[in-house]
Amino acid sequence: MTPMSLEALAAAVPDGALLALPPDNSLPSVALAKALVRRGAKGLRLLGVPVSGFATDLLIGAGCVAEVETSAVSLGEAGFAPRFSAAVRAGTITVRDATCPAIHTMLQAAEKGVPFMPLRGLIGSDILAHRPDWRVVRNPLSDRPDPIVLLPALRPDVAAIHAVMADSAGNVWVGRRRECATLAHASRRLLVTVERVVPGNLLEDERLAPGTISATYVEAVAVAERGAHPVALLDEYGFDAAHVAAYARAARTEEGFRAWLAEHVLGESALRAAE
Amino acid sequence: MTGPARPEERLAAALARLILDPLAPPARHIAVGAASPIPAAACWLVAKLGHPVRLSLLHKRSGNPFTEGSRELFDLTGQGRIDLFFLGGGQIDGEANINLIGTGEWPGMGVRFPGSFGSAFMYLMTPRTILFREEHSPRVLVPRVDHLSAPGTSPPQVFRRGTAQALVTGRCVFRFDPARARFALESAHPGETAASIRAETGFDYDAPEDVPVTPDPTPEELALLRGPVRDEMAETYPDFCARLWGAPATA
Repeated sequence: MTPMSLEALAAAVPDGALLALPPDNSLPSVALAKALVRRGAKGLRLLGVPVSGFATDLLIGAGCVAEVETSAVSLGEAGFAPRFSAAVRAGTITVRDATCPAIHTMLQAAEKGVPFMPLRGLIGSDILAHRPDWRVVRNPLSDRPDPIVLLPALRPDVAAIHAVMADSAGNVWVGRRRECATLAHASRRLLVTVERVVPGNLLEDERLAPGTISATYVEAVAVAERGAHPVALLDEYGFDAAHVAAYARAARTEEGFRAWLAEHVLGESALRAAE
Repeated sequence: MTGPARPEERLAAALARLILDPLAPPARHIAVGAASPIPAAACWLVAKLGHPVRLSLLHKRSGNPFTEGSRELFDLTGQGRIDLFFLGGGQIDGEANINLIGTGEWPGMGVRFPGSFGSAFMYLMTPRTILFREEHSPRVLVPRVDHLSAPGTSPPQVFRRGTAQALVTGRCVFRFDPARARFALESAHPGETAASIRAETGFDYDAPEDVPVTPDPTPEELALLRGPVRDEMAETYPDFCARLWGAPATA
């Protein structure tokens, strides 16, 4: 397995792709989101698995996003996601509201290769009323009326995660965040940024194997040290609350967001060009 | 620290009493979602009082109870293993409907809230929900929610394990009667009156002639909150702990 560059990984996400991103507590690749901003990605359809955080707000603010399907967009203790809120108000993105277990279930259906899966709850919610692709049927196995929701399989074009490490064989290690494996199984392509590449094969280690996603599902890997920052990465590093709070303050305005982007994403060359 | 009970401590103690209500279905396993420090403090208080309760904090960083993330929480709930969950709302109405979507035209063209999270599932699949929202104002407690993230009650043929037990706010405790889909004022926090609560509530509800005062935490509860509960909370809710209780005594 030969890692590619971060910018090459970003180039592998086509404009308009359905791009699945885990939330801020489940290994999002903030590094790849920043590289997509630098590449000038357009028309992305983001899927929050099952909710969305920092990376999603960044991509929306930078104009990379046409649509968001998610169960919530939030910066946690730093509050509402400012560029998401602004885009909803301006009508520049389409929001498809979902609820967390529905997104998990749609991915589990894709993982199994079945066209749909049922899920309890949801009946009476306006989310269901706004989702013509979600159907209420009568439970065919019950003698009594028992309405239940069927959810279609959802197969993202690309999923992106930030894992702790990849090995020589291209396996990646996500620790206890094994929900990322379902995302990997359900998606057409999985792109992974990692802190480091280690020699050997993680699947030969009984203790590491359960937290490993097999190279079967991994299309490409790029090394991006601190690639989840400002979000926490397992026991590697913690959540940088001050950084996210500073972002939330700056991104209240378009100008503030642009300045933040120039400093933290586009780099010195962009800063010089802007001067 | 010492001194009289702070409002957050009173809320945690009030939530703990609701959790321990002998008339409610038993709470053996409680899950706490994102951004819920006061409900989390209430759960830890119940545990530190010596009650056998399993707490699963979705956002606990070290030793997180889930090895399949939030998917496992929802599967656990589907299996009927989660007894109690907390939900909030950008809007909550008098029939215990909650709105986490936003105001105005769909999908929140007035004020957009973050979104519904797992509420559309959890509210129906958990035997007991405690609604919690610190802000108690007519913009939050509305006659009718603009959008329904999750319904307070369901028709009889719809599978549903439970409803709201109560709504706790920064001003009072309301009990919920699912048969009538209506709240009743149970107690007012110190400084509030029947009239002040009525003025700040956008929906109609029942109220007794004499409204009891929400009790303060006992000295034992306060000592637990400020000691062992704070220690358990510090990693997951550092900002909250620092704001309420200051830096821990140990360096």
